[in-house]
Amino acid sequence: MGSAKGFIHSTETFGSLDGPGIRYVVFLQGCPLQCLYCHNPDSWDINSGTQKTAAEVMEDIVRYKSFISSGGVTISGGEPLIQPEFVSELIDLGHQNGLHMAIDTSGAVPLNCCEEAVRKADLILLDIKSIDNDKCLKITGRGNHNALQMLDFRERVGKPVWIRHVLVPGLTLIESDLIRLAEYLKFYKCVQKIELLPFHKMGEYKWQVLCRSYQLYGTPEPTQEEMEAARKIFLDRGLPVS
Amino acid sequence: MEFVQGNWNRHIDTRDFIMRNYTPYDGDESFLAPPTERTLKLWEKVKALLAEERRRGGVYSIDNKTISTITSHRAGYIDKDLEIIVGLQTDEPLKRAIMPFGGIRMVHTALDAYGYERDENVENVFKYRKTHNDGVFDAYTPEMRKARHSGIITGLPDAYGRGRIIGDYRRLPLYGIDFLIEQKIQAKQNLNFEIMDEAAIRLHEELSEQIKALKELKSMAADIYGIDISKPAQDTKEAVQWLYFAYLAAVKEQNGAAMSLGRVSTFLDIYAERDLKAGRYTESEIQEIIDDFIIKLRLVRFLRTPSYDELFSGDPTWVTESIGGLTTDGRHMVTKMSYRFLHTLTNLGPAPEPNLTILYSPRLPENFKRYCAKMSIETSSIQYENDDLMRAKFGDDYGIACCVSAMRIGKQMQFFGARANLAKALLYAINGGRDEISGEQVAPELLAVRGDVLDFDDVYKKFEYVCEWLSKLYINTLNVIHYMHDKYCYERIQMALHDEEVFRTMACGIAGLSVVVDSLSAIKYAKVKPIRDERNIVVDFKIEGDYPKFGNNDPRVDDIAVNVVKMFMKKLERHRTYRGAKPTLSILTITSNVVYGKKTGSTPDGRKHGEPFAPGANPMHGRDTNGCVASMMSVAKLPYDYSEDGISYTFSIVPGALGRSEQDKVQNLVGLLDGYFCEGGHHINVNVINKDVLLDAMDHPELYPQLTIRVSGYAVNFIKLTREQQLDVINRTFHTRF
Repeated sequence: MGSAKGFIHSTETFGSLDGPGIRYVVFLQGCPLQCLYCHNPDSWDINSGTQKTAAEVMEDIVRYKSFISSGGVTISGGEPLIQPEFVSELIDLGHQNGLHMAIDTSGAVPLNCCEEAVRKADLILLDIKSIDNDKCLKITGRGNHNALQMLDFRERVGKPVWIRHVLVPGLTLIESDLIRLAEYLKFYKCVQKIELLPFHKMGEYKWQVLCRSYQLYGTPEPTQEEMEAARKIFLDRGLPVS
Repeated sequence: MEFVQGNWNRHIDTRDFIMRNYTPYDGDESFLAPPTERTLKLWEKVKALLAEERRRGGVYSIDNKTISTITSHRAGYIDKDLEIIVGLQTDEPLKRAIMPFGGIRMVHTALDAYGYERDENVENVFKYRKTHNDGVFDAYTPEMRKARHSGIITGLPDAYGRGRIIGDYRRLPLYGIDFLIEQKIQAKQNLNFEIMDEAAIRLHEELSEQIKALKELKSMAADIYGIDISKPAQDTKEAVQWLYFAYLAAVKEQNGAAMSLGRVSTFLDIYAERDLKAGRYTESEIQEIIDDFIIKLRLVRFLRTPSYDELFSGDPTWVTESIGGLTTDGRHMVTKMSYRFLHTLTNLGPAPEPNLTILYSPRLPENFKRYCAKMSIETSSIQYENDDLMRAKFGDDYGIACCVSAMRIGKQMQFFGARANLAKALLYAINGGRDEISGEQVAPELLAVRGDVLDFDDVYKKFEYVCEWLSKLYINTLNVIHYMHDKYCYERIQMALHDEEVFRTMACGIAGLSVVVDSLSAIKYAKVKPIRDERNIVVDFKIEGDYPKFGNNDPRVDDIAVNVVKMFMKKLERHRTYRGAKPTLSILTITSNVVYGKKTGSTPDGRKHGEPFAPGANPMHGRDTNGCVASMMSVAKLPYDYSEDGISYTFSIVPGALGRSEQDKVQNLVGLLDGYFCEGGHHINVNVINKDVLLDAMDHPELYPQLTIRVSGYAVNFIKLTREQQLDVINRTFHTRF
């Protein structure tokens, strides 16, 4: 304990969109996926960021207790679970301080590499990129097997999951795909909430800065009506959507 | 049904009446009533008048012939048949009166600016009668004039009414005017001095003036509006009417910078509860009375000059009403009336006035906290102040004057002192006491900073030296101002609604805190090289390396901020003040941060000559990069014990960054407020708005007549700000995250 150093991309003291209540968000560096619509491509590289021990990170977090005591901490990324020991240790320290600890993950890391952290987390925000394995491959460079396995695991241990799903017109904003996803999820008791996130272009500039080729310049953001229709698909199947 | 009797029946004690009789309300907003047809009809008329006022360049009309007094004007109405609560400052809504006793020059400038003639009769009066402004300039020393001119001390109330005095307007409905007059006569008879020295003479004269003012108030109500206020009010409508008359008398007599209302809502709720129980009024009728009252408060106007508007932009009057808070024995003071006041933002739409101020404690009922947050999200019209901090110092019957200045109502007043420009003081320290723009020697000569790199210890020592000089000059200047204000422009009616024994504070202020703090941090943690011009004055700086910035919850720099505040306050309190007032300090700029920036050269933090300061105690925009909670934590560290006159923080966030669902947004805003106040933050303005809306409003002001936004300590109609100030608001940090 106390030895694992994490690679930190950045921190945000007012997280209001990554789990319940006001949350301190720790963005870890590094991601095995290369999602076409990623808005933080600067967090992909595993070999950059600031190195800190979990204890050092927690030392800063607890300074914000008055704000996050009813919310908590979300460990996000990049993909936080490529640093599983660090995440696991941070969760332990958070629990020692009475904080609610969440992980925001794409589920890309095989469960056997990160089981401890996944078990300990009070909440998993699981980003299912696509319920279709081939499409998932196309979007992220990998399949969805690990993500679905993580969902099963949380179901087994009886701990909550919020599903997140980014709606990209022409890519994931497709009725048949959404129906398939909703049908798949509706039997999971651990799924407390589904967050449908509209694709947005605010991270475009980062791709340019990093000289990476971005394929979605021509893709529009979804309209209000499209978002509503997507929401309805899940609501109709008794799934709580926000 | 009788009110519970107590101390208040034996002598004037409004607080006692409230404590014995008010009914805390824990429920939610579902009881609130929508506007009645009559209210909507009246408000439509007012909206048309307001549009016309804007069309005419901000001033509807001016009565340039009548010097405003409590009884100077005939009755005025918006529409007599539609009004429930009556009374206007002049004989027509939005018509501005002249109040020359603060300074005839300001009246002249205003009349010239808006194309009105000077009236011969009025001019004649001031051939023989001196004003406050004349008095001040007769007594100012050359040093004071120079400091004022260079802008190291500005915004001083030396040419206009000082304001920031709150009469206990509740006394009129509670006691009726006859009792109040009787009490003052008694008090005068009880005065007993061995020696009639200056203080004793002044007290006698002031009491006589107060009695006269009360009699004029009685006459205003009876002879002009046909309402007899000699006895206590009997129901809600009378209570509101009496109370408004008392306030109206004050705003007819004084063009004070801030003419705040006090803490009236819970007081009025006592009458409303009684009437509801007795079946005298329905909820809808009570809301209608309050809506009418609020309409009147939204119409308060003063004649001011364009240069005044530049400092205090958007035509503010600071009709501040303090709502909520806890009692000293731990009960919350939220009543249905607290809701009804806030509900006017829904019934009549958002507006900057009255300046609705929540005395916040995490211990307020959750329902009320959520309702306030919801209203903030919808209207950006509310400010919040830390009741837990203030209650400890001011008890549970204090109100906020202006933006952030707490005072015990009817027992305490302040001598408003605007603010000193600490960023300029730092530049004086670097430049040997010479002004960085004019080159003039303003502060006493001291050794200018030498060498190629600024040394923290050297600069700080010199800065303290300049602050020493500045604090003394500042207090002395205020002594002159307030001596003359008492002499030539005494607030007769407002002081008549105070106890005879009044506690006074000398309310100093500072501007440019975050500029000074970041500058000192840069000097300490980075390498700052001064760039000198041919006059050997440092006009710019080159910064090598990075440095910690205020607003990131970084103790290395936040400690500097705390130390600067303590240092300046400690220097202020060493000087002797007029009437033994206790020196206090505020960290508040109103909108003068823009003007201050214009008048201040480049600073060691990298801010360039002319660029605005951050408002109040805000971090410099764009420099708080760790999220808004870190920013709040830095501001919350500023010690209220050393800036008892208030620490203003303006927080702006785009709606999307507050949470996903409406419910999340409300809950998260409550969480932010709870956290900020738990950490000891004193004041926060909350704006929840998209920048795009503001940009659009700049181009299409006609589409946004009621768009309201909080600036330092008050709210304004966004479209009434100068373009420069609009841009300043837009350029400031809007917390976003995606």
